[in-house]
Amino acid sequence: MAQPILEMRDITKKFPGVTALSDVNLVVHRSEIHAICGENGAGKSTLMKVLSGVHPHGSYEGEIVFEGNTVEFSNIRQSEAAGIVIIHQELALIPELSIAENIFLGNETASGGVINWDEANHRAIELLARVGLRENPLTPVKHLGIGKQQLVEIAKALSKEVKLLILDEPTAALNDDDSQHLLDLLKGLQGRGITSIMISHKLNEIARVADQITIIRDGKTIETLDVTAGDVDEDRIIRGMVGRDLEHRFPDHTPDIGGVMFEIRDWTVMHPLDHHREVIRKANLNVRAGEIVGIAGLMGAGRTELARSIFGRSYGSRNEGTLILNGKELTLSTVTAAIEAGIAYVSEDRKGLGLNLLDDIKTSISSAALGKLVKGLTVDERKEVLVAEGYRKSLNIKAPSVTVGVSKLSGGNQQKVVLSKWMYTDPQLLILDEPTRGIDVGAKFEIYGIIQELARTGRGVLVISSELPELLGLCDRIYTLAEGVVTREFDRSEATQESLMRYMTVDAR
Amino acid sequence: MNGLLSMLRGNVRQYGMIIALAAIVILFQITTDGVLLKPINVSNLVVQNAQILILAIGMVIVIVARHIDLSVGSVAAFVGAVCAILMTKHDVPWFLAVVLCLVLGAVIGAWHGFWVAYVGIPAFIVTLSSMLLFRGLTLVVLEGATVGGLPEDFKKIGNGFLPEVGPDTGLHNLTMIIAVLVIAALVFLEFRKRAAAKKYNFEVLPFGLFVLKLAVLGVVIFYFSYLLAQARGLPIVGLILFALIAIYTFIMNRTVFGRHVYAVGGNVEAATMSGVNTKRTDFLVMTNMGLLAGLAGLVTTARLTAANPKAGVNFELDAIAASFIGGAAVTGGVGTVVGAIIGGLVMGVLNNGMSLNGVSIDWQQAIKGLVLLFAVAFDVWNKKRTAGGGGAGAEASESTAPPPDELADEIAAMERDLPGTEALPPDRTTT
Repeated sequence: MAQPILEMRDITKKFPGVTALSDVNLVVHRSEIHAICGENGAGKSTLMKVLSGVHPHGSYEGEIVFEGNTVEFSNIRQSEAAGIVIIHQELALIPELSIAENIFLGNETASGGVINWDEANHRAIELLARVGLRENPLTPVKHLGIGKQQLVEIAKALSKEVKLLILDEPTAALNDDDSQHLLDLLKGLQGRGITSIMISHKLNEIARVADQITIIRDGKTIETLDVTAGDVDEDRIIRGMVGRDLEHRFPDHTPDIGGVMFEIRDWTVMHPLDHHREVIRKANLNVRAGEIVGIAGLMGAGRTELARSIFGRSYGSRNEGTLILNGKELTLSTVTAAIEAGIAYVSEDRKGLGLNLLDDIKTSISSAALGKLVKGLTVDERKEVLVAEGYRKSLNIKAPSVTVGVSKLSGGNQQKVVLSKWMYTDPQLLILDEPTRGIDVGAKFEIYGIIQELARTGRGVLVISSELPELLGLCDRIYTLAEGVVTREFDRSEATQESLMRYMTVDAR
Repeated sequence: MNGLLSMLRGNVRQYGMIIALAAIVILFQITTDGVLLKPINVSNLVVQNAQILILAIGMVIVIVARHIDLSVGSVAAFVGAVCAILMTKHDVPWFLAVVLCLVLGAVIGAWHGFWVAYVGIPAFIVTLSSMLLFRGLTLVVLEGATVGGLPEDFKKIGNGFLPEVGPDTGLHNLTMIIAVLVIAALVFLEFRKRAAAKKYNFEVLPFGLFVLKLAVLGVVIFYFSYLLAQARGLPIVGLILFALIAIYTFIMNRTVFGRHVYAVGGNVEAATMSGVNTKRTDFLVMTNMGLLAGLAGLVTTARLTAANPKAGVNFELDAIAASFIGGAAVTGGVGTVVGAIIGGLVMGVLNNGMSLNGVSIDWQQAIKGLVLLFAVAFDVWNKKRTAGGGGAGAEASESTAPPPDELADEIAAMERDLPGTEALPPDRTTT
């Protein structure tokens, strides 16, 4: 076996309150394709940020050895100078600039500050040939499809004399042909001595192209599998990714489930900018009264998009399909209509979509149902305080008073404020998108209790979560979602982390 | 004293500009040998700045909603011109002309609102267009000339004063009566607010400071009215202005619409996801600005006793400056009507004081420019300072003060009606 090009030894990275990585080890050999697998939030991206200098030397513990030398990068420029280039999931291309301009951005072929465009374009043509992209280098990047843009990113990396190429979810947004082409290209680059690290959720792709697979779980290295030695299939990878006990605790809960109260049929949602791209394809699911239903899916599977399309079409350009709430077929084309019909949506993006951080607790709680507080011309501030105090008490929101600004609360208390806000709209169906993200364990337990009690009052609850143990502990039924398609429905009794992960990673299209 | 200091520290944003205004007033009172606060000068101050203050009320609302309106000077000139033409060339009665012109202002604002809210063009562009458009139309309507000969009753809107009533006391009686009523109303409202805040266990000023604050406020209003009463009494524009301040403070603080403006300005995405009709809010905010621009145009025309093609030039900049000096945030979501008025007064007193001191108009411009920059810089610095030590350390203490006992029954009654809490165990506060 070739000698290691990269060794990361005992990497520990702490954020305030959270240890993102603890004693992670990674050994990558020259000219191999090394895949990193793990659940959302396992620490894959953090590890790559440590490697590329986004998290500078000194902000983490441990040692990085690259090509035999210990390296201490304090920014991306330094890691790029050493030959390590990272291509992020969200492409960093500037749409209005040409292919050539993008390739050489920040790395211009210049003498005395003046760019030699003839030479730049000439080099661009060579680089494009190496990635198999037949386009005029003067074409603006915005005219290229997402697959070709990905190739431009790789050409850009090649222009920097890359030795180690890191790709974060390179095929997440690509169709089959483009994915195939990209994977072939990686194989080709491997033949020319370029080492690649690939983060991916698509296990079939990993099993096909990777030589080694390192699995990370909860910020720790679990194992490194040698694919070249054989005996590694998708099941083996899944076992490594999820193999832990149900360590989360859940309040005792006996479901009391009634009839179907919410249903979508053949629900198709188009991308807001690309009117022909189906983000959700013919989804069917239902929620019964008093039931907690989970949606399991990896990042990019369309979970949030599905939820927001239900919530007054706040996502998507075109919708098809039927929505039935309490036996009535409804067309909810605005958020206001959805709220009035009795749907509430607690966003995963608490600070971006859930709260106005300039508000205090009481105005946040009343903000989605101000109409209930109108007295004559004014907002009944007296009643508003009583409502806020009521929720502060019953949900145990920890704050000295309801006039405290929500920006000063901890994540768990902010989330309780958001839950109060939606409970006050008196919804029939609550859609909770990552309800415990960024929340400490104690508050999580309380929020699970609140969710169960909402179900006990006969409401339907739809929970989206990246944490499978959370879904398994909380939900009565779970749907898996992959690439915008509902791939299976699991009853509480038959679902396991392995079976869910299998249907979350299945090739659905 | 400690209490006073900590109160000031906590409310620098709120009190900083009031203190600055007081400092400027004292400074000019000294440098002008007392001319600044001579009754006739105070009277002029109100009359000369009324149109800017009216615009500042609308502008701060626009800015809170994260927009801007560059057209208000041109719109004011245009509406004033149309009004003058209606009254002089078409013999429309003055009150009908006023009503028509206010509607015209609102329609122009709705035009802006349509493009901003429903088409999605930035307000900067839409109103820059209108700034040129209505300046041009003003010239067209007036055929490039000044149109005078306006009815006497109309001119009173800009130059008139409240009538004299009662015995000759050497003071303007009606003005003093209004002053006393306003002070009484303020004291009543403040006490009621304080009682409510205490009942809900909110932080309130120590009683001594509260009384001191009311006393200072009362004395200032009384002295201001006394000065006006020594001259010609309360100007009619002053009455209009005070009514607008009261109405718009009420709208912004107490109504659903006001809440929606702050919500849209604070986080438009979160507002949308809370079911706020953000487009309608934007539309109404811009429409209201047009209405107030029209009113400012009428007031200006009446005060100048003629419609002038050059009227209202740079009004927009003064109104925007007033809003920012008064604490509005460029990013939206923050700002108050009273703050904008104080900001406008800072600019007005600066103008007036410098003129009295014989500072030339060019230097006045330069100094006002720097004042705007430093006022906002102070605000930014102050914000950074209070947010200092940020991150996790900035979190509020998690100590949970229970609401006061008298409220317990009411809260319990409310809790029974709160959706979602039915099944929660009765008492969870003890942890």
